[in-house]
Amino acid sequence: MSTNNLSYNDQGGTDSAVEVGQETTPTSSNAGAGFGLFSVDFKKNDDLKEMLESNKESLKLEAMKRVVGLIAKGKNASELFPAVVKNVASKNIELKKLVYVYLVRYAEEQQDLALLSISTFQRALKDPNQLIRASALRVLSSIRVPIIVPIMMLAIKEAASDMSPYVRKTSAHAIQKLYSLDQDQKDLLIEVIEKLLKDKSTLVAGSVVMAFEEVCPDRIDLIHKNYRKLCNLLVDVEEWGQVVIISMLTRYARTQFTSPWKEDGVFDEHSERAFYESDEEKTRNEPEAKPYMMDPDHRLLLRNTKPLLQSRNTAVVMSVAQLYWHLAPKNEVSIVTKSLVRLLRSHREVQYIVLQNIASMSIQRKGMFEPYMKSFYVRSTDATHIKSLKLEILTSLANEANISTVLREFQTYVKSQDKEFAAGTIQAIGRCATNISEVTDTCLNGLVLLLSNRDETVVAESVVVIRKLLQTQPTQHSDIIKHMAKLFDNITVPMARASILWLMGEYCERVPKIAPDVLRKMAKSFTSEEDIVKLQTVNLAAKLYLTNSKQTKLLTQYILNLGKYDQNYDIRDRTRFIRQLIVPNDKNGALSKYAHRILLAPKPAPLLESAYKDRDRYQLGTLSHTINTKASGYLELSDWPAVAPDQSVRNVEVIEPVKIHHFIFPSTAHPTPALHQGWSWSTLSPKLQINFATDAESRVENSSQSSEESDESSSQSEKSSSESESDSEKKKRKTKTPLQKKTVKPTAKDGPYLSKCYQPTFCSSDLFIFSLILSVCPPVYSALSPLSLSFPLQVSGPAFVPEKSHDLLHRMTGKGLSAQYQFPRQPCLYQPTMVSVQISLTNTSDHPLEQIHIGDRSPTGLNIHCFNTVECLEPEASVTVFMGIDFNDSTQAANFQLCTKEDHFSVSIQPAVGDLFLPITMTELDFRKEQGKLLGMNESSATITMAAENMTSQPISRPVATVANLGVVPSGQDDIHRFAGKTASSGAVVLVTVELRESSTALITINTEKSVMGSMLLRDLKQALAQA
Amino acid sequence: MIHSLFLVNSSGDIFLEKHWKSVVSRSVCDYFFEAQERASEPENVPPVIPTPHHYLISVLRHRIYFVAVIQSEVPPLFVIEFLHRVVDTFQDYFGVCTEAAIKDNVVVVYELLEEMLDNGFPLATESNILKELIKPPTILRTVVNTITGSTNVGEQLPTGQLSVVPWRRTGVKYTNNEAYFDVVEEIDAIIDKSGSTITAEIQGVIDACVKLTGMPDLTLSFMNPRLLDDVSFHPCVRFKRWEAERILSFIPPDGNFRLLSYHVSSQNLHPLRSASLVAIPVYVKHNITFREGSSQGRFELTLGPKQTMGKGVEAVLVSSQLPRGVLNTNLNPTQGTYTFDPVTKLLSWDVGKINPQKLPSLKGSMSLQAGASKPDENPTINIQFKIQQSALSGLKVNRLDMYGEKYKPFKGIKYMTKAGKFQVRT
Repeated sequence: MSTNNLSYNDQGGTDSAVEVGQETTPTSSNAGAGFGLFSVDFKKNDDLKEMLESNKESLKLEAMKRVVGLIAKGKNASELFPAVVKNVASKNIELKKLVYVYLVRYAEEQQDLALLSISTFQRALKDPNQLIRASALRVLSSIRVPIIVPIMMLAIKEAASDMSPYVRKTSAHAIQKLYSLDQDQKDLLIEVIEKLLKDKSTLVAGSVVMAFEEVCPDRIDLIHKNYRKLCNLLVDVEEWGQVVIISMLTRYARTQFTSPWKEDGVFDEHSERAFYESDEEKTRNEPEAKPYMMDPDHRLLLRNTKPLLQSRNTAVVMSVAQLYWHLAPKNEVSIVTKSLVRLLRSHREVQYIVLQNIASMSIQRKGMFEPYMKSFYVRSTDATHIKSLKLEILTSLANEANISTVLREFQTYVKSQDKEFAAGTIQAIGRCATNISEVTDTCLNGLVLLLSNRDETVVAESVVVIRKLLQTQPTQHSDIIKHMAKLFDNITVPMARASILWLMGEYCERVPKIAPDVLRKMAKSFTSEEDIVKLQTVNLAAKLYLTNSKQTKLLTQYILNLGKYDQNYDIRDRTRFIRQLIVPNDKNGALSKYAHRILLAPKPAPLLESAYKDRDRYQLGTLSHTINTKASGYLELSDWPAVAPDQSVRNVEVIEPVKIHHFIFPSTAHPTPALHQGWSWSTLSPKLQINFATDAESRVENSSQSSEESDESSSQSEKSSSESESDSEKKKRKTKTPLQKKTVKPTAKDGPYLSKCYQPTFCSSDLFIFSLILSVCPPVYSALSPLSLSFPLQVSGPAFVPEKSHDLLHRMTGKGLSAQYQFPRQPCLYQPTMVSVQISLTNTSDHPLEQIHIGDRSPTGLNIHCFNTVECLEPEASVTVFMGIDFNDSTQAANFQLCTKEDHFSVSIQPAVGDLFLPITMTELDFRKEQGKLLGMNESSATITMAAENMTSQPISRPVATVANLGVVPSGQDDIHRFAGKTASSGAVVLVTVELRESSTALITINTEKSVMGSMLLRDLKQALAQA
Repeated sequence: MIHSLFLVNSSGDIFLEKHWKSVVSRSVCDYFFEAQERASEPENVPPVIPTPHHYLISVLRHRIYFVAVIQSEVPPLFVIEFLHRVVDTFQDYFGVCTEAAIKDNVVVVYELLEEMLDNGFPLATESNILKELIKPPTILRTVVNTITGSTNVGEQLPTGQLSVVPWRRTGVKYTNNEAYFDVVEEIDAIIDKSGSTITAEIQGVIDACVKLTGMPDLTLSFMNPRLLDDVSFHPCVRFKRWEAERILSFIPPDGNFRLLSYHVSSQNLHPLRSASLVAIPVYVKHNITFREGSSQGRFELTLGPKQTMGKGVEAVLVSSQLPRGVLNTNLNPTQGTYTFDPVTKLLSWDVGKINPQKLPSLKGSMSLQAGASKPDENPTINIQFKIQQSALSGLKVNRLDMYGEKYKPFKGIKYMTKAGKFQVRT
């Protein structure tokens, strides 16, 4: 609390300094401290209240720090609530965070006051800073006040479609919070979960699956469509999310795939039969009939989780291990062994859990861990629970081959100072002895030796284990029984004594001389024995009475008499029962005939079994497995379905934008090599887009040309596209159906190929896809493409690209370097708000120019995406590069320096207003609707006189398209032409209407909220149309 | 998932509590205290304790129990791993993770815990991200903050949180660009009475301290990558590249981190063969005897270097838990100092460096409780040592290359061998 002391002393308050001192001293005992502080508490809280209400930020912060200190210690600070909640809107971010901590802790108790803070959060939810949005949502959803459930619901819904994946992640967390607060919201929340499950961000995936598990784990149908995506994203998800997703997918897979655990023999038989009787099989519809084929999705899951075995996070490794255990074919499970053994190097707690799981696994699959047996050797420094788990595993792993090593190791353990562990070892030896018959004798002899051990627990445990062992093969071991009888006097542990007595009774015929003597001794000491020993004494007496009544009749009666007056119910009951059973009298003659058979029936040998035998009924790695009872919220792992459910549910329909990609690469084109050679997208893309704008023929023609010629070809096709536009438009409208066929066909053909070459780009740049989507919907297809129907602002390809290029740098001023620029009117690849500019650089000098790049720029805030440095430009060579400039919707020139290795040249690019637009497609109806919103100030219009030849439709759209990059809106009337676009930077809608009137006049109306641009555009249009 | 967290010190006081969902009364810890009482040693408290309504999952580090309260099914390792991550973070922030340090920095601790979990689910555990959100307290910063009124809390979402390399922040700048890698191998062994090796394995880690400007992309290759049998990586390592080429390729986090931990393959495939493939660097000659009926025992111990590849064995520390019957010892070390705690019966001998010419030894007698019988078992001897400048397995780094940045970094690689759990049974 050094911070506290420092700043606190600065205030100079002596009283408070003392208090801080008191607070920091560690309190020795809880009760005393509580009492001592109680009186101080009252005063101090007053003081804190004062500080919180002061104007000084630093005082408030100091107070909050102390309040948090109180909360941390579990002291009650709820009475400060009104004072604290006032600071929720503080500008100081640390203070704000501490207030959040306080609110989350106490809001539940002070619901009414907590409501005061809600509006602050609602405001913060709209903050431009994503961290603030996220933390507002976190707190809002954490304060557990039922009244605000609707507000929370709204906030969650909104956050679920936030731009920032971090906020979306927070909303996934909030779902669980809201669900625990109000279960009635389940249906609505499932909708949000469904939406978030579709999210492609790795950040969100783990959290939403967590929410899914908590809210609706049974809605497995929500997973189908996202299954493959989750599998593929898994490696990139943060480690905690991986754990949750893997365990969910384990459950999913067990419901959706068939078992891969067919035994080979069965498998062959069935496949044979399937061959001969295939027809019959079908009718019987027997699931096993088909040879097992793993579902590719099942394989996908196994394949994608495997690398995670190398994770540094032990929980991830364990969850992959359990996934393989529950899902993988038997011969593949062993790949997890190494990684699990590696985890044993980790912290003690980790070892404990991992060993438990290995214990469960090793019972079923010895072979998996046998090669690593030495990793389970016990060290004297291990904690007791670790030791016994290791012992458990060693016992399970023991077999004929390694038993001698194991037993030697056990010998060391038996001598351990940790007696509990030594006793465990003896039990383990017993288990080995029963499991491996070769060593039973060795083990027995070893255990008999232990009977002379000094330690009682060791001896007792040995006796018990020997008893169990003898039961399994009693015939040969009468000398061991004799030996034990000899030791009987020295053994004091009740359980051991009882065991020996039981043995005597059970095998009294093998030791006819010793057994009565033991009984004699017991009769003497009967009263001072423990209950369990007394019971066995009664048993022994009864058995001896039946087999050797001559010698033991009196002794038995004596013992039965003692038992009759024992303090313990059990013993009295037993005595009464035995007496009736064995001592013949008139009444019970029927039963006593069978006494021999009742008491001396052959008894089945006890099974020495592992405590982990049936543990695997719980999913490995779960809490339930660890505690061996069903934990609350445990989700049962279902059995494999006999018949696999429909596999096609996991197929994801190809989403629209992807389909449209296919247009871009006609079947004859081979863009793949270009992609692989690392061609920059900027050189490639214009061609792609042009391909698109042109009709089918020119596409083929175009694509047959090599990529290097793209510049040329682009200009060619541009021409052809503009010339043939109206024709093709008409044509296509008439022949809708054939066209569709035409486009769909290559799609199908290119499917696999495209997805192959496209995969990397999806991941590498979302931006790219975005720009492609924008560029791929030209107006000509508007009637066909479902995309273009979705209003608003579907950007289309340019209607016309003017050839006009402008000088950027003259060769004289550029010392041989000349540069020209033009606006290709394509949406910019780098940022949607930028306008793309195409620059051709030519070297007219006689020496190569090196390192041509862009230098300083002005205004400095100008957002330019520079082209990659041109390393070398040979004489007479020219190169075309693309750059993006955000003109910010103004015609102000962009000034920057074009640099070579030696020189800098100041250049400027001046856009015409029309180049700052991007065409959009909309229907006439939408156009009118939009226009209705942009009246008054936003409208500018002018009437012009125009030449007669301009009165037909084609020439009107032509000059308009030349001036401005706008899209044609299909119009129902011949004399009204409409054009629509949006500004590149701010995306404001620009609508142009040209209404032809009588006597060659025309009314031009422009509606846009950017009124300056509107009037500039109007001026340009007036000029162009009047001139034409 | 994680409902609440209680920190309990060795004397059984709860000195910090934090709740992520509704408040759980601290009386739930009574179940934990019960288990603690039952356990003979602090380490023996079971990590998972079921109670009627909750489950307690705890870890013990630095003599502090971190007890997490769970209400429903969750993979226990998930919680355990997270708790250890919390401890690592505290250590990273405060240098040590002690009760005093936590109490002194209770506000930072609270802010950290708040960021690390949201509704019981981990939110940010990457140290680089946390440090951008909450700056670690330093004396200088504390002074500056009190004067200027600025805070330790970041206002922007850390860049790492959204990027594909969440472990690295952007805009890292250093005047001296350096990258150091420590290859540290630990040998775990059990040596039996006669001096033969029962089991021995080598576990290694590569710890890195990378202070490089910008976004460097490093590759590290080994002369003999086949030695690495089983590896686990920091998330920054590109797994595919390793699979294909056995090269570590990664964009490193800023600062200290563990790049890799590995297991050296030796005897795994031949379980029944002796573990002779692993070189054991030291040997121990011992003679510890207790005679029946006498109240004296003899204790003799001599250490010597064995297969050390010509390097000196340093920082040798011998410790042994003597049987309960031993009252006191009277021993003479030829070098170093020894202590014996009559209460815990722990003998420890700080040997220092082993001089091959004059082997260190510890000889003398032990006095036993009069009348008590001779202990059954001889004590196990635990040995710690270090060997500088060599990795026991022979692993060698071939080269380290940097791509993506123009400057020339300073690179350094250090090798070291340590004893892990090295036990000699006597």
